[in-house]
Amino acid sequence: MKKLIIGAAALALSASMAMAETVRMGTEGAYPPYNFINDAGEIDGFEREVGDELCKRAGLTCEWVKNDWDSIIPNLVSSNYDTIIAGMSITDERDKVIDFTQDYYPPTASAYVGVSDDVDLMNGMIAAQTATIQAAHVAESGAMLVEFATPEETLAAVRNGEADAVLADRDYLVPLVEDSAGALMFVGDPVPLGGGVGMGLRESDTELRDKFDAAITSMKADGSLNELLKKWFGEDTATY
Amino acid sequence: MFSFCSDPETLGTVGWFSCYLTTGVHFSFYISFFKVLLLLAITAPVALSFGFLGAMAARSHFAPLRWLGKFYIAIVRGIPDIAFFMFFVIALDQGFEWVRHKVLCPDWDQPIRQGADFLVCSSAKLPLGSSPEWIHQTYGFFLAVITFAIVFGAFAANVLYGGMRAVPHPQLETAEAYGMSRRQTFWRVLVPQMWVYALPGLSNLWMVLIKATPLLFLLGVEDIVYWARELGGTKTPKFTAYPHGDWRMWYFLFLLVFYLGFTRISEIVLERLMVRFTHGQATTGGEKQRKAGGAIT
Repeated sequence: MKKLIIGAAALALSASMAMAETVRMGTEGAYPPYNFINDAGEIDGFEREVGDELCKRAGLTCEWVKNDWDSIIPNLVSSNYDTIIAGMSITDERDKVIDFTQDYYPPTASAYVGVSDDVDLMNGMIAAQTATIQAAHVAESGAMLVEFATPEETLAAVRNGEADAVLADRDYLVPLVEDSAGALMFVGDPVPLGGGVGMGLRESDTELRDKFDAAITSMKADGSLNELLKKWFGEDTATY
Repeated sequence: MFSFCSDPETLGTVGWFSCYLTTGVHFSFYISFFKVLLLLAITAPVALSFGFLGAMAARSHFAPLRWLGKFYIAIVRGIPDIAFFMFFVIALDQGFEWVRHKVLCPDWDQPIRQGADFLVCSSAKLPLGSSPEWIHQTYGFFLAVITFAIVFGAFAANVLYGGMRAVPHPQLETAEAYGMSRRQTFWRVLVPQMWVYALPGLSNLWMVLIKATPLLFLLGVEDIVYWARELGGTKTPKFTAYPHGDWRMWYFLFLLVFYLGFTRISEIVLERLMVRFTHGQATTGGEKQRKAGGAIT
Protein backbone atom coordinates (compact mmCIF):
# COMPACT_ATOMS: atom_id res chain seq x y z
CA MET A 1 0.00 0.00 0.00
CA LYS A 2 2.76 2.38 0.95
CA LYS A 3 4.56 1.65 -2.29
CA LEU A 4 1.35 2.49 -4.13
CA ILE A 5 1.12 5.87 -2.43
CA ILE A 6 4.74 6.68 -3.15
CA GLY A 7 4.26 5.58 -6.73
CA ALA A 8 1.25 7.84 -7.09
CA ALA A 9 3.13 10.70 -5.53
CA ALA A 10 5.99 10.21 -7.95
CA LEU A 11 3.52 10.18 -10.80
CA ALA A 12 1.89 13.38 -9.63
CA LEU A 13 5.31 14.91 -9.08
CA SER A 14 6.56 13.94 -12.50
CA ALA A 15 3.38 15.25 -14.09
CA SER A 16 4.00 18.64 -12.56
CA MET A 17 7.67 18.38 -13.37
CA ALA A 18 6.94 18.17 -17.07
CA MET A 19 6.73 21.94 -17.09
CA ALA A 20 10.04 22.36 -15.31
CA GLU A 21 12.48 19.67 -16.34
CA THR A 22 15.48 21.25 -14.70
CA VAL A 23 17.31 18.84 -12.47
CA ARG A 24 19.61 20.33 -9.89
CA MET A 25 22.73 18.25 -9.30
CA GLY A 26 24.29 18.61 -5.88
CA THR A 27 28.01 18.02 -5.45
CA GLU A 28 30.79 18.93 -3.06
CA GLY A 29 33.41 20.38 -5.39
CA ALA A 30 36.33 19.43 -3.17
CA TYR A 31 37.14 15.83 -4.05
CA PRO A 32 39.27 15.51 -7.16
CA PRO A 33 39.17 13.63 -9.48
CA TYR A 34 35.48 13.00 -8.71
CA ASN A 35 34.48 16.63 -8.44
CA PHE A 36 36.41 19.84 -7.92
CA ILE A 37 36.46 23.51 -8.84
CA ASN A 38 38.69 24.21 -11.81
CA ASP A 39 40.74 27.33 -12.50
CA ALA A 40 37.78 28.99 -14.18
CA GLY A 41 35.67 28.54 -11.06
CA GLU A 42 33.42 25.86 -12.56
CA ILE A 43 32.62 22.42 -11.25
CA ASP A 44 34.79 19.93 -13.09
CA GLY A 45 35.90 16.33 -12.80
CA PHE A 46 34.79 12.79 -13.53
CA GLU A 47 31.32 13.31 -12.12
CA ARG A 48 30.79 16.55 -14.00
CA GLU A 49 31.39 14.76 -17.29
CA VAL A 50 29.37 11.69 -16.33
CA GLY A 51 26.55 13.84 -14.98
CA ASP A 52 26.34 16.02 -18.08
CA GLU A 53 26.33 12.95 -20.32
CA LEU A 54 23.64 11.27 -18.21
CA CYS A 55 21.46 14.36 -18.38
CA LYS A 56 21.90 14.50 -22.14
CA ARG A 57 20.87 10.87 -22.51
CA ALA A 58 17.91 11.24 -20.16
CA GLY A 59 16.79 14.42 -21.92
CA LEU A 60 17.08 16.60 -18.84
CA THR A 61 18.43 20.10 -18.34
CA CYS A 62 20.87 19.98 -15.48
CA GLU A 63 22.14 22.70 -13.22
CA TRP A 64 25.12 22.15 -10.91
CA VAL A 65 24.98 23.15 -7.28
CA LYS A 66 27.72 23.11 -4.66
CA ASN A 67 26.98 22.01 -1.12
CA ASP A 68 28.99 21.13 1.96
CA TRP A 69 29.53 17.40 2.42
CA ASP A 70 28.20 17.58 5.98
CA SER A 71 24.75 18.73 4.96
CA ILE A 72 24.57 17.16 1.52
CA ILE A 73 21.89 14.58 2.45
CA PRO A 74 19.66 16.91 4.54
CA ASN A 75 19.60 19.45 1.71
CA LEU A 76 18.60 16.75 -0.76
CA VAL A 77 15.64 15.53 1.28
CA SER A 78 14.45 19.09 1.87
CA SER A 79 14.47 19.54 -1.94
CA ASN A 80 17.17 22.19 -2.31
CA TYR A 81 18.47 20.09 -5.20
CA ASP A 82 17.36 16.85 -6.79
CA THR A 83 20.39 14.57 -6.93
CA ILE A 84 23.64 13.97 -5.10
CA ILE A 85 26.52 13.20 -7.41
CA ALA A 86 29.52 13.56 -5.15
CA GLY A 87 31.52 10.34 -5.04
CA MET A 88 29.02 8.94 -2.56
CA SER A 89 29.37 5.23 -1.94
CA ILE A 90 26.21 3.21 -1.76
CA THR A 91 25.77 1.94 1.78
CA ASP A 92 22.83 0.39 3.63
CA GLU A 93 22.88 3.19 6.16
CA ARG A 94 22.47 5.92 3.56
CA ASP A 95 19.99 3.81 1.63
CA LYS A 96 17.59 4.07 4.54
CA VAL A 97 17.36 7.84 4.09
CA ILE A 98 17.78 8.31 0.35
CA ASP A 99 17.68 6.18 -2.79
CA PHE A 100 20.60 5.33 -5.03
CA THR A 101 20.90 4.65 -8.74
CA GLN A 102 23.06 1.73 -9.80
CA ASP A 103 26.75 2.43 -9.39
CA TYR A 104 28.57 4.42 -12.06
CA TYR A 105 31.90 3.74 -10.40
CA PRO A 106 32.79 0.18 -9.32
CA PRO A 107 33.27 -0.55 -5.60
CA THR A 108 36.26 1.54 -4.59
CA ALA A 109 39.39 0.66 -2.75
CA SER A 110 40.21 2.96 0.10
CA ALA A 111 43.79 3.37 1.20
CA TYR A 112 45.85 4.64 4.10
CA VAL A 113 48.40 7.38 3.52
CA GLY A 114 50.99 8.42 6.06
CA VAL A 115 54.35 10.16 6.25
CA SER A 116 56.30 7.00 7.13
CA ASP A 117 56.02 3.25 6.67
CA ASP A 118 55.82 2.27 10.32
CA VAL A 119 52.35 3.56 11.15
CA ASP A 120 50.27 1.37 13.45
CA LEU A 121 47.00 1.32 11.52
CA MET A 122 45.17 -0.67 14.17
CA ASN A 123 45.95 1.51 17.20
CA GLY A 124 47.22 4.79 15.77
CA MET A 125 45.46 8.08 15.16
CA ILE A 126 43.66 7.93 11.80
CA ALA A 127 42.09 10.93 10.05
CA ALA A 128 38.98 10.65 7.86
CA GLN A 129 36.30 12.94 6.50
CA THR A 130 33.13 13.18 8.59
CA ALA A 131 30.23 10.95 7.61
CA THR A 132 32.16 8.86 5.10
CA ILE A 133 32.47 5.10 4.85
CA GLN A 134 36.14 5.54 5.70
CA ALA A 135 35.29 7.24 8.99
CA ALA A 136 32.93 4.39 9.83
CA HIS A 137 35.63 1.85 8.96
CA VAL A 138 38.24 3.51 11.18
CA ALA A 139 35.79 3.66 14.06
CA GLU A 140 35.16 -0.07 13.72
CA SER A 141 38.82 -0.99 13.32
CA GLY A 142 39.60 0.16 16.85
CA ALA A 143 42.03 2.89 15.81
CA MET A 144 41.59 6.41 17.14
CA LEU A 145 39.46 8.40 14.69
CA VAL A 146 39.86 12.13 14.06
CA GLU A 147 37.20 13.55 11.77
CA PHE A 148 37.41 16.62 9.53
CA ALA A 149 34.80 18.42 7.47
CA THR A 150 36.80 18.45 4.23
CA PRO A 151 39.18 15.94 2.64
CA GLU A 152 41.83 18.66 2.46
CA GLU A 153 41.92 18.95 6.24
CA THR A 154 42.36 15.20 6.74
CA LEU A 155 45.54 15.30 4.70
CA ALA A 156 46.79 18.45 6.39
CA ALA A 157 46.39 16.65 9.72
CA VAL A 158 48.72 13.89 8.50
CA ARG A 159 51.25 16.39 7.16
CA ASN A 160 51.50 18.31 10.41
CA GLY A 161 51.59 15.19 12.57
CA GLU A 162 48.19 15.54 14.17
CA ALA A 163 47.22 12.15 12.75
CA ASP A 164 49.40 9.15 11.87
CA ALA A 165 47.57 8.35 8.66
CA VAL A 166 44.51 9.24 6.63
CA LEU A 167 41.98 6.79 5.22
CA ALA A 168 40.29 7.99 2.02
CA ASP A 169 39.36 6.84 -1.47
CA ARG A 170 42.52 5.66 -3.21
CA ASP A 171 41.70 7.70 -6.29
CA TYR A 172 41.62 10.89 -4.29
CA LEU A 173 44.97 10.11 -2.69
CA VAL A 174 46.93 8.96 -5.74
CA PRO A 175 47.57 12.40 -7.32
CA LEU A 176 48.41 13.89 -3.94
CA VAL A 177 50.94 11.18 -3.12
CA GLU A 178 52.50 11.44 -6.58
CA ASP A 179 52.84 15.19 -6.19
CA SER A 180 54.31 15.12 -2.69
CA ALA A 181 57.84 14.12 -3.80
CA GLY A 182 58.08 11.29 -1.30
CA ALA A 183 56.70 13.16 1.70
CA LEU A 184 53.52 11.08 1.64
CA MET A 185 53.23 7.36 0.99
CA PHE A 186 50.67 4.61 0.94
CA VAL A 187 50.76 2.46 4.05
CA GLY A 188 49.32 -0.99 4.50
CA ASP A 189 46.99 -2.69 2.06
CA PRO A 190 44.07 -1.08 0.25
CA VAL A 191 40.73 -1.67 1.98
CA PRO A 192 37.75 -2.54 -0.20
CA LEU A 193 34.81 -0.51 1.11
CA GLY A 194 31.27 0.32 0.04
CA GLY A 195 29.10 -0.90 -2.79
CA GLY A 196 30.33 1.39 -5.54
CA VAL A 197 29.52 5.03 -6.14
CA GLY A 198 25.99 5.93 -7.19
CA MET A 199 23.80 8.99 -7.54
CA GLY A 200 21.65 9.78 -4.53
CA LEU A 201 18.01 10.79 -4.97
CA ARG A 202 15.01 11.37 -2.76
CA GLU A 203 13.15 8.15 -2.01
CA SER A 204 9.98 9.63 -3.50
CA ASP A 205 11.68 10.49 -6.80
CA THR A 206 11.46 7.01 -8.32
CA GLU A 207 10.84 8.22 -11.84
CA LEU A 208 13.93 10.41 -11.91
CA ARG A 209 15.93 7.53 -10.48
CA ASP A 210 14.72 5.22 -13.25
CA LYS A 211 15.71 7.76 -15.89
CA PHE A 212 19.24 8.05 -14.54
CA ASP A 213 19.45 4.29 -14.08
CA ALA A 214 18.58 3.79 -17.72
CA ALA A 215 21.13 6.41 -18.76
CA ILE A 216 23.86 4.76 -16.69
CA THR A 217 22.98 1.38 -18.20
CA SER A 218 23.33 2.82 -21.69
CA MET A 219 26.66 4.44 -20.83
CA LYS A 220 27.92 1.14 -19.48
CA ALA A 221 26.69 -0.71 -22.57
CA ASP A 222 28.44 1.44 -25.16
CA GLY A 223 31.67 1.77 -23.23
CA SER A 224 31.55 5.55 -22.84
CA LEU A 225 31.57 5.22 -19.06
CA ASN A 226 34.75 3.13 -19.23
CA GLU A 227 36.39 5.81 -21.36
CA LEU A 228 35.64 8.47 -18.78
CA LEU A 229 36.84 6.21 -15.97
CA LYS A 230 40.14 5.72 -17.78
CA LYS A 231 40.43 9.40 -18.57
CA TRP A 232 40.06 10.50 -14.96
CA PHE A 233 41.41 7.57 -12.96
CA GLY A 234 44.15 6.20 -15.21
CA GLU A 235 44.47 3.22 -17.51
CA ASP A 236 44.49 0.50 -14.87
CA THR A 237 41.42 1.58 -12.95
CA ALA A 238 38.56 -0.88 -12.49
CA THR A 239 36.06 -0.69 -15.35
CA TYR A 240 32.76 -2.31 -16.25
CA MET B 1 43.18 36.48 -18.12
CA PHE B 2 46.41 37.82 -19.61
CA SER B 3 47.61 36.46 -22.96
CA PHE B 4 50.88 35.17 -21.51
CA CYS B 5 48.98 32.96 -19.07
CA SER B 6 48.42 30.13 -21.53
CA ASP B 7 51.41 28.20 -20.22
CA PRO B 8 51.96 29.07 -16.54
CA GLU B 9 54.80 26.56 -16.05
CA THR B 10 57.19 28.71 -18.04
CA LEU B 11 56.56 31.92 -16.11
CA GLY B 12 58.67 33.62 -13.49
CA THR B 13 57.34 34.30 -10.01
CA VAL B 14 55.75 37.66 -10.75
CA GLY B 15 54.15 36.48 -13.97
CA TRP B 16 52.96 33.28 -12.33
CA PHE B 17 51.28 35.14 -9.51
CA SER B 18 49.70 37.71 -11.80
CA CYS B 19 48.15 34.82 -13.71
CA TYR B 20 47.32 32.79 -10.63
CA LEU B 21 45.55 35.65 -8.89
CA THR B 22 43.41 36.45 -11.92
CA THR B 23 41.95 33.00 -12.60
CA GLY B 24 38.17 32.70 -12.78
CA VAL B 25 38.05 30.98 -9.44
CA HIS B 26 39.93 33.87 -7.83
CA PHE B 27 37.35 36.29 -9.16
CA SER B 28 34.72 34.26 -7.32
CA PHE B 29 36.84 34.88 -4.24
CA TYR B 30 36.99 38.63 -4.87
CA ILE B 31 33.26 38.80 -5.53
CA SER B 32 32.61 37.08 -2.23
CA PHE B 33 34.15 40.12 -0.47
CA PHE B 34 31.45 42.26 -2.04
CA LYS B 35 28.88 39.71 -0.92
CA VAL B 36 30.02 40.12 2.65
CA LEU B 37 30.05 43.92 2.43
CA LEU B 38 26.62 43.91 0.81
CA LEU B 39 25.30 41.65 3.54
CA LEU B 40 26.58 44.07 6.18
CA ALA B 41 25.23 47.09 4.32
CA ILE B 42 21.75 45.59 4.16
CA THR B 43 21.69 43.77 7.46
CA ALA B 44 22.86 46.63 9.68
CA PRO B 45 19.96 49.03 8.96
CA VAL B 46 17.40 46.23 8.90
CA ALA B 47 18.66 44.85 12.22
CA LEU B 48 18.65 48.34 13.67
CA SER B 49 15.03 48.87 12.69
CA PHE B 50 14.14 45.43 14.10
CA GLY B 51 15.89 46.52 17.26
CA PHE B 52 14.08 49.84 17.34
CA LEU B 53 10.70 48.16 16.93
CA GLY B 54 11.63 45.58 19.55
CA ALA B 55 12.69 48.25 22.02
CA MET B 56 9.55 50.29 21.36
CA ALA B 57 7.44 47.19 21.89
CA ALA B 58 9.32 46.24 25.05
CA ARG B 59 8.59 49.60 26.69
CA SER B 60 5.05 49.86 25.37
CA HIS B 61 2.22 50.61 27.80
CA PHE B 62 0.06 48.06 26.02
CA ALA B 63 0.81 44.80 27.84
CA PRO B 64 0.57 42.21 25.00
CA LEU B 65 2.86 44.32 22.84
CA ARG B 66 5.29 44.64 25.73
CA TRP B 67 5.26 40.87 26.24
CA LEU B 68 5.86 40.33 22.56
CA GLY B 69 8.87 42.68 22.57
CA LYS B 70 10.36 41.09 25.66
CA PHE B 71 9.66 37.60 24.36
CA TYR B 72 11.47 38.37 21.10
CA ILE B 73 14.49 39.76 22.91
CA ALA B 74 14.66 36.94 25.43
CA ILE B 75 14.20 34.08 22.96
CA VAL B 76 16.63 35.21 20.30
CA ARG B 77 19.26 36.32 22.78
CA GLY B 78 19.00 33.03 24.59
CA ILE B 79 19.46 30.69 21.63
CA PRO B 80 23.00 30.04 20.35
CA ASP B 81 23.52 31.76 16.99
CA ILE B 82 24.62 28.59 15.31
CA ALA B 83 21.49 26.68 16.38
CA PHE B 84 19.40 29.59 15.20
CA PHE B 85 21.14 29.57 11.84
CA MET B 86 20.77 25.82 11.41
CA PHE B 87 17.16 25.56 12.44
CA PHE B 88 15.50 28.86 11.70
CA VAL B 89 16.56 29.21 8.08
CA ILE B 90 15.35 25.74 7.12
CA ALA B 91 12.10 26.35 8.98
CA LEU B 92 11.66 29.75 7.31
CA ASP B 93 12.33 28.33 3.86
CA GLN B 94 9.97 25.40 4.39
CA GLY B 95 7.39 27.77 5.89
CA PHE B 96 7.41 29.92 2.74
CA GLU B 97 7.13 26.85 0.55
CA TRP B 98 4.33 25.41 2.65
CA VAL B 99 2.27 28.59 2.36
CA ARG B 100 2.84 28.79 -1.40
CA HIS B 101 1.97 25.13 -1.67
CA LYS B 102 -1.35 25.65 0.11
CA VAL B 103 -2.20 28.61 -2.11
CA LEU B 104 -0.90 27.42 -5.47
CA CYS B 105 -1.64 23.71 -5.37
CA PRO B 106 -4.97 23.16 -3.61
CA ASP B 107 -5.56 19.86 -5.46
CA TRP B 108 -2.44 18.21 -4.13
CA ASP B 109 -3.53 15.26 -2.00
CA GLN B 110 -0.17 13.75 -1.08
CA PRO B 111 1.41 14.33 2.31
CA ILE B 112 4.09 17.02 2.28
CA ARG B 113 6.29 15.00 4.57
CA GLN B 114 7.06 11.51 3.32
CA GLY B 115 9.53 9.99 5.68
CA ALA B 116 12.46 12.36 5.65
CA ASP B 117 11.44 14.03 2.39
CA PHE B 118 9.87 17.49 2.34
CA LEU B 119 7.77 17.62 -0.81
CA VAL B 120 5.77 20.50 -2.18
CA CYS B 121 4.42 20.78 -5.71
CA SER B 122 7.04 22.10 -8.10
CA SER B 123 5.27 25.42 -8.70
CA ALA B 124 5.46 26.11 -4.96
CA LYS B 125 9.21 25.62 -4.82
CA LEU B 126 11.09 28.69 -3.80
CA PRO B 127 12.88 29.59 -5.96
CA LEU B 128 11.39 27.54 -8.79
CA GLY B 129 13.47 24.49 -9.65
CA SER B 130 13.83 25.81 -13.19
CA SER B 131 15.23 29.21 -12.27
CA PRO B 132 18.91 29.87 -12.91
CA GLU B 133 21.51 29.40 -10.23
CA TRP B 134 21.96 33.09 -9.47
CA ILE B 135 18.35 33.33 -8.34
CA HIS B 136 18.94 30.46 -5.94
CA GLN B 137 22.02 32.28 -4.70
CA THR B 138 20.15 35.54 -4.24
CA TYR B 139 17.33 33.78 -2.44
CA GLY B 140 19.83 32.15 -0.08
CA PHE B 141 21.42 35.53 0.44
CA PHE B 142 18.14 37.13 1.45
CA LEU B 143 17.33 34.29 3.82
CA ALA B 144 20.70 35.06 5.37
CA VAL B 145 19.90 38.78 5.63
CA ILE B 146 16.59 38.05 7.35
CA THR B 147 18.21 35.64 9.78
CA PHE B 148 21.08 37.97 10.62
CA ALA B 149 18.62 40.86 11.02
CA ILE B 150 16.42 38.91 13.44
CA VAL B 151 19.35 37.71 15.53
CA PHE B 152 21.14 41.04 15.70
CA GLY B 153 17.85 42.91 15.93
CA ALA B 154 17.19 41.24 19.28
CA PHE B 155 20.54 42.35 20.66
CA ALA B 156 20.05 45.83 19.22
CA ALA B 157 16.60 45.95 20.82
CA ASN B 158 18.11 45.26 24.20
CA VAL B 159 20.78 47.91 23.71
CA LEU B 160 18.26 50.52 22.54
CA TYR B 161 15.91 49.59 25.38
CA GLY B 162 18.75 50.27 27.80
CA GLY B 163 19.61 53.51 25.96
CA MET B 164 16.02 54.71 26.24
CA ARG B 165 15.96 54.00 29.95
CA ALA B 166 19.26 55.78 30.47
CA VAL B 167 17.91 59.14 29.30
CA PRO B 168 17.54 61.19 32.52
CA HIS B 169 13.97 61.08 33.72
CA PRO B 170 13.72 64.82 34.46
CA GLN B 171 14.11 65.42 30.71
CA LEU B 172 10.91 63.50 30.06
CA GLU B 173 9.12 65.16 32.95
CA THR B 174 10.09 68.56 31.64
CA ALA B 175 8.76 67.63 28.21
CA GLU B 176 5.49 66.60 29.78
CA ALA B 177 5.37 69.81 31.80
CA TYR B 178 5.61 71.69 28.51
CA GLY B 179 2.46 69.89 27.45
CA MET B 180 3.96 67.42 24.99
CA SER B 181 2.00 64.27 24.34
CA ARG B 182 3.56 60.89 25.04
CA ARG B 183 4.31 60.45 21.33
CA GLN B 184 5.93 63.87 21.06
CA THR B 185 8.02 63.23 24.15
CA PHE B 186 9.21 59.96 22.66
CA TRP B 187 10.22 61.29 19.26
CA ARG B 188 11.41 64.80 20.20
CA VAL B 189 13.08 64.26 23.54
CA LEU B 190 13.77 60.60 24.19
CA VAL B 191 14.97 59.34 20.79
CA PRO B 192 17.46 62.14 20.01
CA GLN B 193 19.04 61.74 23.42
CA MET B 194 19.18 57.97 23.68
CA TRP B 195 21.74 57.42 20.88
CA VAL B 196 24.62 58.62 22.98
CA TYR B 197 23.79 55.94 25.55
CA ALA B 198 23.09 53.25 22.98
CA LEU B 199 26.06 53.83 20.70
CA PRO B 200 28.74 51.98 22.68
CA GLY B 201 26.52 48.90 22.77
CA LEU B 202 25.57 49.25 19.12
CA SER B 203 29.17 49.64 18.02
CA ASN B 204 29.94 46.46 19.88
CA LEU B 205 27.17 44.72 17.97
CA TRP B 206 28.46 46.03 14.67
CA MET B 207 31.88 44.54 15.40
CA VAL B 208 30.31 41.19 16.31
CA LEU B 209 28.22 41.33 13.15
CA ILE B 210 31.31 41.84 11.00
CA LYS B 211 32.93 38.84 12.58
CA ALA B 212 29.79 36.73 12.32
CA THR B 213 29.69 36.93 8.52
CA PRO B 214 31.53 33.59 8.07
CA LEU B 215 28.31 32.00 9.38
CA LEU B 216 27.05 32.75 5.87
CA PHE B 217 28.52 29.52 4.62
CA LEU B 218 26.18 27.59 6.89
CA LEU B 219 23.40 29.06 4.80
CA GLY B 220 24.92 27.94 1.52
CA VAL B 221 26.26 31.36 0.57
CA GLU B 222 29.84 31.05 -0.59
CA ASP B 223 31.56 33.65 1.52
CA ILE B 224 35.22 34.64 1.81
CA VAL B 225 36.08 31.94 4.33
CA TYR B 226 34.70 29.23 2.06
CA TRP B 227 36.76 30.47 -0.87
CA ALA B 228 39.89 30.94 1.21
CA ARG B 229 39.62 27.32 2.33
CA GLU B 230 38.89 26.11 -1.17
CA LEU B 231 41.63 28.13 -2.89
CA GLY B 232 44.23 27.56 -0.21
CA GLY B 233 43.85 23.79 -0.30
CA THR B 234 46.53 21.65 -1.92
CA LYS B 235 46.31 21.69 -5.70
CA THR B 236 47.93 18.91 -7.70
CA PRO B 237 49.17 19.49 -11.27
CA LYS B 238 46.64 17.03 -12.63
CA PHE B 239 43.66 19.25 -11.97
CA THR B 240 44.96 22.78 -12.27
CA ALA B 241 47.47 24.79 -14.23
CA TYR B 242 48.60 26.40 -10.97
CA PRO B 243 49.63 23.62 -8.59
CA HIS B 244 50.65 24.57 -5.07
CA GLY B 245 50.86 23.10 -1.60
CA ASP B 246 48.68 23.85 1.39
CA TRP B 247 48.41 27.65 1.22
CA ARG B 248 45.44 28.02 3.48
CA MET B 249 47.56 29.86 6.04
CA TRP B 250 48.29 32.67 3.58
CA TYR B 251 44.69 32.99 2.50
CA PHE B 252 43.52 33.10 6.09
CA LEU B 253 46.24 35.62 6.89
CA PHE B 254 44.81 37.79 4.16
CA LEU B 255 41.33 37.43 5.69
CA LEU B 256 42.77 38.38 9.06
CA VAL B 257 44.19 41.57 7.58
CA PHE B 258 40.88 42.27 5.86
CA TYR B 259 38.84 41.82 9.02
CA LEU B 260 41.29 43.81 11.14
CA GLY B 261 41.37 46.65 8.62
CA PHE B 262 37.61 46.66 8.36
CA THR B 263 37.03 46.75 12.10
CA ARG B 264 39.65 49.50 12.44
CA ILE B 265 37.85 51.67 9.88
CA SER B 266 34.60 50.96 11.70
CA GLU B 267 36.12 52.07 14.97
CA ILE B 268 37.22 55.38 13.50
CA VAL B 269 33.80 56.05 11.99
CA LEU B 270 32.00 55.12 15.20
CA GLU B 271 34.33 57.38 17.18
CA ARG B 272 33.33 60.34 15.00
CA LEU B 273 29.69 59.40 15.33
CA MET B 274 30.04 59.37 19.09
CA VAL B 275 31.49 62.90 19.08
CA ARG B 276 28.54 64.06 17.02
CA PHE B 277 25.93 62.43 19.22
CA THR B 278 27.57 63.76 22.37
CA HIS B 279 27.18 67.35 21.16
CA GLY B 280 24.83 69.30 23.39
CA GLN B 281 24.03 66.34 25.63
CA ALA B 282 23.70 66.56 29.39
CA THR B 283 26.50 64.04 29.88
CA THR B 284 30.09 64.45 31.02
CA GLY B 285 31.21 64.11 27.41
CA GLY B 286 28.78 66.78 26.29
CA GLU B 287 29.89 69.06 29.12
CA LYS B 288 33.51 68.67 28.08
CA GLN B 289 32.64 69.59 24.50
CA ARG B 290 30.74 72.65 25.70
CA LYS B 291 33.71 73.89 27.73
CA ALA B 292 36.09 73.26 24.84
CA GLY B 293 34.07 75.55 22.64
CA GLY B 294 31.25 73.32 21.52
CA ALA B 295 32.36 72.91 17.94
CA ILE B 296 31.52 69.66 16.20
CA THR B 297 34.71 68.14 14.98
